[in-house]
Amino acid sequence: MNIVVLVKQVPDSGADRNLRTDDNTVDRGSANNVINEMDEYAIEEALKIKEAHGGEVTVLTMGPDRATESIRKALSMGPDKAVHVVDDALHGSCAVATSKVLAAALGTLNADLVICGAESTDGRVQVMPHMIAERLGVAALTGARKLTVDGGTLTVERQTEEGYEVVTASTPAVVSVWDTINEPRYPSFKGIMAAKKKPVQTLSLGDLGVAPAEVGFDGATSAVLEHSKRPPRSGGAKITDEGEGGVKLVEFLATEKFV
Amino acid sequence: MSEVLVVVEATREFGVKKVTLEMLTLARELGTPSAVVLGGAGAAEALSAKLGEYGAEKIYAAESEEIDGYLVAPKATVLAELVKRVEPAAVLLASSQEGKEIAARLAVKLDNGILTDVVALDADGTATQVAFAGSTIVKSKVTRGLPLVTLRPNSVNPVPAAATPAVEQLTVTVTDTDKLAKVVDRVAEQKGSRPELTEASVVVSGGRGVGNADNFKLVEELADLLGGAVGASRAAVDSGFYPHQFQVGQTGKTVSPQLYIALGISGAIQHRAGMQTSKTIVAVNKDAEAPIFELADFGVVGDLFKVVPQAAEEIRKRK
Repeated sequence: MNIVVLVKQVPDSGADRNLRTDDNTVDRGSANNVINEMDEYAIEEALKIKEAHGGEVTVLTMGPDRATESIRKALSMGPDKAVHVVDDALHGSCAVATSKVLAAALGTLNADLVICGAESTDGRVQVMPHMIAERLGVAALTGARKLTVDGGTLTVERQTEEGYEVVTASTPAVVSVWDTINEPRYPSFKGIMAAKKKPVQTLSLGDLGVAPAEVGFDGATSAVLEHSKRPPRSGGAKITDEGEGGVKLVEFLATEKFV
Repeated sequence: MSEVLVVVEATREFGVKKVTLEMLTLARELGTPSAVVLGGAGAAEALSAKLGEYGAEKIYAAESEEIDGYLVAPKATVLAELVKRVEPAAVLLASSQEGKEIAARLAVKLDNGILTDVVALDADGTATQVAFAGSTIVKSKVTRGLPLVTLRPNSVNPVPAAATPAVEQLTVTVTDTDKLAKVVDRVAEQKGSRPELTEASVVVSGGRGVGNADNFKLVEELADLLGGAVGASRAAVDSGFYPHQFQVGQTGKTVSPQLYIALGISGAIQHRAGMQTSKTIVAVNKDAEAPIFELADFGVVGDLFKVVPQAAEEIRKRK
């Protein structure tokens, strides 16, 4: 099975993150840039399918030059190769335009299965799998907590608020996964060394037949007008329980009219 | 005034979800609210009274097994046709998994911008979003097409405004490509009568400090006494104390209730990401240095196994 995993480089969600003051885009310059956490689960799932059914795993990333670091990190887990869509004109692209570029790149890769994380930790927008599926005219099985591959038939369990749904589709398809689906492996030393030699193909907008005016700020379908830091919360009263902690807690709730 | 389409979210068990009432309330500020019910046969009938109560002047009902039996694609197709026909002033959906997914497909079909996790929307289409785990406030706008917006639950105070909606049945015409992802089973999981996590006014969450799955009964008891939902930190979920759908945090649900009570949760950034926009935060933790206390309006340093039962008892006394 020919599997493509979408990998996004994002600012580390464990550290302070900012938007740039000049153009309102994500500040990558001052951030610790890492693989979107959920994408590691997507890579793991792809590798497990390859191990069980054979095939090839390709990492696909759209991002600036520095996304190369994340691509190598992804490859060190075990995928065979990578494709990096990189073009200065992409800076400032909205989700709609991004899906156009990724769909165009996927068009060159002939994937049976596209796996991605259910959301990225920077935007948490969750729209990409369905946008790409809509453009490619393939099924999207999103939010999987379990994926079963049986020949060309895919079955996922997806968590809903009332329980879960079992959804099936035939390949080709896009599947997005939550972090409940598996436990991603750590790259081995051998894997890290091997990743340095794995092929990474770079594609420009020209290679994909996408005009620069369709992406970036010019092609964006939405715009950030302004942004500001939310004032940090300040802690209030803190008491130490000396036998009356529960009562005092309820007294607080009562003054706030919750009880 | 132009119509504003509100895509209805409802559950089989509880009917119209609160976020739908929030969207109808918001829609009244922007134009004339029209509710869109996308579901199986008879779906609109069961919901129409509630939708009218909150000001829906019209209900578009698309009812078909083709809508219910496949993941979101048929819904997006029906909605896209409706949008082209009525040219609404805006389209509002819930910022839930399904709401975002329908909106995603609609954005591509209409080549239209999309804004998700919106907490406020002005009449001129300027949206307010909260980004980066609640640390950044963003003002943004759709610059191509109409405002296509998903609203985060607990953003608008739902206010009734009675209307008598006219119901229009939509003809459902979907393509084969819309029927690629087939729902073969829906399994309901026990959750009792508690409110849904993202919609609840009160959320009581447990963390690693709760110790084991059995002890979560304490968390549930306090939640039930306050009419709240139960949440869990990632550490608690990863340890198998509580199911994943109740996880609050960066890789779980984002909640913004009136009251959030954190029990045995240290307050790692992963967790704070999902709850720090809550109006009032209360924390119980035995570690006085736990970062959760930096957020808490009221903190108790102590053993939750002593503090929580005493608090529960005190609430019962006051009832």
